[in-house]
Amino acid sequence: MTRFSYTLGQRRYAFDDLTALMARASSPKSGDQLAGIAAGSDEERVAARYALADLPLSSFLDEALIPYEVDEVTRLILDGHDRNAFADIAAFTVGELRDWLLSYETDDAALARVAAGLTPEMAAAVSKLMRNQDLILVAKKRSVVARFRNTLGLPGRLAIRLQPNHPADDARGIAAAMLDGLLYGAGDAVIGINPVSDSVSKIIALLELVDEVRRRFDIPTQSCVLGHVTSTIEAIERGAPVDLVFQSVAGSEAANRSFGIDLALLGEARAAALSLERGTLGDNVMYFETGQGSALSANAHHGVDQQTCEARAYGVARHFAPLLVNTVVGFIGPEYLYDGKQITRAGLEDHFCGKLLGLPMGCDVCYTNHAEADQDDMDNLMTLLGVAGCNYLMGVPGADDIMLNYQSTSFHDALYLRQVLGLRPAPEFESWLEKMGVMQEGRRLLHIDERHPLVTAQLPAGLP
Amino acid sequence: MTGKDIVTANPWQTLRRFTSARIALGCAGGSLPTAPMLELQLAHARARDAVHLPFEAAAIQAQLTAIGLETLRVHSAAPNREIYLRRPDLGRRLDGASRSLLESCADLAAQAHDAVLVIADGLSALAAHHHAAGVVALAQAALGERGWHVAPVVVAEQSRVALGDEIGELLRAAQVAILIGERPGLSSADSLGVYLTHAPRVGRSDAERNCISNIRPDGGLSHLQAAHKLVYLMTEARRRQLTGVALKDASDDVALLVQRSG
Repeated sequence: MTRFSYTLGQRRYAFDDLTALMARASSPKSGDQLAGIAAGSDEERVAARYALADLPLSSFLDEALIPYEVDEVTRLILDGHDRNAFADIAAFTVGELRDWLLSYETDDAALARVAAGLTPEMAAAVSKLMRNQDLILVAKKRSVVARFRNTLGLPGRLAIRLQPNHPADDARGIAAAMLDGLLYGAGDAVIGINPVSDSVSKIIALLELVDEVRRRFDIPTQSCVLGHVTSTIEAIERGAPVDLVFQSVAGSEAANRSFGIDLALLGEARAAALSLERGTLGDNVMYFETGQGSALSANAHHGVDQQTCEARAYGVARHFAPLLVNTVVGFIGPEYLYDGKQITRAGLEDHFCGKLLGLPMGCDVCYTNHAEADQDDMDNLMTLLGVAGCNYLMGVPGADDIMLNYQSTSFHDALYLRQVLGLRPAPEFESWLEKMGVMQEGRRLLHIDERHPLVTAQLPAGLP
Repeated sequence: MTGKDIVTANPWQTLRRFTSARIALGCAGGSLPTAPMLELQLAHARARDAVHLPFEAAAIQAQLTAIGLETLRVHSAAPNREIYLRRPDLGRRLDGASRSLLESCADLAAQAHDAVLVIADGLSALAAHHHAAGVVALAQAALGERGWHVAPVVVAEQSRVALGDEIGELLRAAQVAILIGERPGLSSADSLGVYLTHAPRVGRSDAERNCISNIRPDGGLSHLQAAHKLVYLMTEARRRQLTGVALKDASDDVALLVQRSG
């Protein structure tokens, strides 16, 4: 049955349901083509956008893209929808929402007011009508601030996750990369290690390593070892110094099940982290990573396009008041995002949707060696995200992650963005960098000689 | 002022001995100096070249023929590299001609095969060129000594791991081991992986396979080590009639199962 249609000249384009309409209206992505749900032609894509522009926003409250009965993410989204917050925009079509978002009058406060009234599907729908500049402009208006031991997301600030991974979880290798990052002014978003091993003892050892460095130098930041949520819960039970709970999340119950999680488990993990009361400025204790294509790769997308699935993952994330959420935009490979153009578009869509839904969005601007992308593409996307007010990016030594085997952004990249866009670190971290003689006014590296305490540090205890 | 003075060196270069991460690169202003910038470009260029390098299937067949092994050549349903990269589903299925070829081979064979070894380009033809024939020669000889009835070696182009399932099913092989180029990293453009699947059928999941990864001379497994692990896993798979998470690799605890080639 045809539910939606649009006629362009002699040609009438029909779309069976809201799910199909959303998929056909999406910007071109190899993942949607792989799933067989993308528009068949450029004209069909625009026809779908015309039809979507005329669609009342309230349609998304009447028709779930993934059935309410079978999916707890849908239930979370619809049961948590705030009718009062929706009131200002309830009469809009999707096209009118775009115009409203772009208008001068719609400022940070106005966007904050409607956030709980917007569902992920509404955010995804309007993003499909937006050019890259629209995605940047609206995201730039919205600052989402979150706190643990420092303040992330303030306007004019860009934080960096220090990612000192090592292919064997070697403590000395990780400590070396961590010192390198700190001496380049990175680490305010989090010092976050992706462990190779899922052994809880290994994870605890890494947590203790980073915590020791943090305490010794009184660094106003937080640490995280990005193991599975169940491992982190066990680490908490065993008394480990857990600041943040990490988990990859996706936009459907079945995709989350493939990650070995559900909403109840995430709630349990958050409660465990909160019970430690380790945050000094705030209690945002969750760290989530996402990425377009994860639902399809788990065969759990229900015919929904990958960008809408991604926005639904933000619906999951916002329920748990996270400190950090980042899309790992190019990690999944060319079968989902083929080239630099698709990666760039996805990064901007994800950042926009996350911010619109009220999330402290960051981005892992990255690619794999079999994608049609290179560092120039990463330069472009990180610059666009810097302009858009992205909360944080990754800092990997030389942009080369030797454990995860992909290229991300580097400490040097952050220094470039600080120069060209005047973006400074989180205020507490900036003061620390100044005090340590690492950076001046949050922008310029200072000369560091071999007597600097971070250089001479015997880190961790017993290491050369 | 010389160029040397413009670049700020980092006084923590000694930390490099603890990690192969690109630390203490120094800076020009706040940016990456020319030398490490070019080093990263070179590593990426090599990795990309490995992904796009044409697979020399005929040369691999000739190598195997020279040591007395029969071969069969097949192609996945992905006609070229671009489609292969976009459509992993096509790389998991044979094209029509290849299916017919294997069906006719199976009809001619007097008995079902205990195993079939497949050499595939995967994401690094370079890895297949460098390592696959060496590992196959060692493993095939060791299996022959143990009285295994092994099918001709299949050389597969534009192939994903799961293509082995269809190959093994059509050849009525009890096991399939596919030796396939791994996704190139910046430090290893020619790393080979082996995936072993008991009772191969189209639709098997990755949890039903055993993997031997990182076969490459520098910092990885040697051909001999890889062949030893493979023969160990194949022997255990035959004894226990399974592969996957329940089959653990204890090959480090047993004596060498393959002969060093002459």
